[in-house]
Amino acid sequence: MSIADPTDPPLQLDADETARLRRQRVEKIGKWLLPALVLVLMLILWDRIVVWNEIPHYILPGPGLVFETLIEDWAMLFEALLVTVQITLMALAVAVVGGVGLAVLFTQSRLVEMSFYPYAVILQVTPIVAIAPLIFIYVDSRIAGLLLCAWLVAFFPVLSNTTLGLNSADHNLRDLFRIYGASRWQTLRFLQLPSALPYFLGGLRIAGGLSLIGAVVAEYVAGTGGLKSGLAFRILEAGYRLNIPRMFAALILIAVTGVIIFAGLSFLSHMLLRKWHESALKRDH
Amino acid sequence: MEHVDKTFNGTVTALKGMSLQVREGDFISLLGPSGCVISSALRLFSDLLHPTSGRIVWTGDHDSGDLGVVFQEPTLMPWATVAQNVWLPFRLRGKTYSQVRDDVLEALKLVGLEKFQNSYPRELSGGMKMRVSIARAMVTRPRLILMDEPFAALDEITRFKLNNDLLTLKAAIGCTVIFVTHSVFESVFLSDRIVVMAARPGRVITELEVDAPYPRSADFRTSTEYAAFTRRATDALEQAMGEAA
Repeated sequence: MSIADPTDPPLQLDADETARLRRQRVEKIGKWLLPALVLVLMLILWDRIVVWNEIPHYILPGPGLVFETLIEDWAMLFEALLVTVQITLMALAVAVVGGVGLAVLFTQSRLVEMSFYPYAVILQVTPIVAIAPLIFIYVDSRIAGLLLCAWLVAFFPVLSNTTLGLNSADHNLRDLFRIYGASRWQTLRFLQLPSALPYFLGGLRIAGGLSLIGAVVAEYVAGTGGLKSGLAFRILEAGYRLNIPRMFAALILIAVTGVIIFAGLSFLSHMLLRKWHESALKRDH
Repeated sequence: MEHVDKTFNGTVTALKGMSLQVREGDFISLLGPSGCVISSALRLFSDLLHPTSGRIVWTGDHDSGDLGVVFQEPTLMPWATVAQNVWLPFRLRGKTYSQVRDDVLEALKLVGLEKFQNSYPRELSGGMKMRVSIARAMVTRPRLILMDEPFAALDEITRFKLNNDLLTLKAAIGCTVIFVTHSVFESVFLSDRIVVMAARPGRVITELEVDAPYPRSADFRTSTEYAAFTRRATDALEQAMGEAA
């Protein structure tokens, strides 16, 4: 195989190569175009169902009315969105610190892992809606209660994935570190943490969505209004008033927030792994 | 290594009564059939395992910088560049990259990869990765390098090339090498001493001196002398396999 001289005439593409390049082009365009097309079709379908069946707006508003409500109520909904996003991001941050911290502790001491891991599993598998009322009885601060609920939902994927990653460091590299007299801290810093990075980032992407779910569920359970109310409370409130368009508008904001969190964390993952990890590398063929 | 026994779980005897004297500058091949746990002997040398009985003694003081290891796989850190991988033994001894930059680049130059210092392992071929692994093993100029079938997974041409390069590198840094292999041809070309081992339990069957002078070139591979050494090593290996059976 040799590198082509730019002055050489272009090489003839065989049928396989032509098909592969066409497939690549279609996939590149389709990745963005197809979901957008599906969205437009769904909106049209939704609108037509409402118009043709003359469904009243307090049962099912049309997409146009939802959009108008989103604009009209933007100030109130945006303020609520900020509260939900604040709880979500704080919960995610605490999930990262707590999840990674516990994972490091678990891998440093098998006894600690054996002692505490079952309880981490119990916390994860117990539904948050069952724990949340108790949390709001015992925790005075509303913000702290919301944060605790969201954290409980979000921290386990970080803990589980990071523990797996820390334990997945190449055994020959572990031996090499031992031969070179590496301290426990050096092994953790230079070997285990980089090995765990792809696993951690996978857990982080799951935790991003779960912390939003945790924040919304906690707001539902807390059910308190006021200036510092999040989107979940605005949905509850709109439901009580049969303001269905606002419910849809708030729901759209939550969904968009979830997508932005996922996209942001996926981008972070790509940036951190793009140079070396298989998951971020493109294959030529 | 004096009368070393190694038993796993109190039931499986990996090594039995193994004695081996290694002199400064030796190139020793441990040759044996697959499954004869030669790798366990290497792990004993590197202090990753401890003998059940017997002992391993170094002459003079030694520290972690006196030992270099090359595994069957290149065993590189995929997240680190070539230069960062070679820097590792120094880094674990608290040296910053700027302190040892010249040593790292010198090691990469010796293996012909100085232009690839900023590449990541995934960008290299199998042979190049193994060169990085060798550069890392020798960057601290160790007294002893342990190599566990390092070229087993490579194609024949790359393997021959790396065999030649290894002898050049050994001569350049003047270290001792203990090399595990299942290849008679490789052991004869590289070593001045071949220790033939049998399996179950792993034990030394015989030692062969390969007293052909260094440097050894491609011509050595086609010489009658090489063929004679190969014949002797093959006979010894067949004896070892017969004893194991």
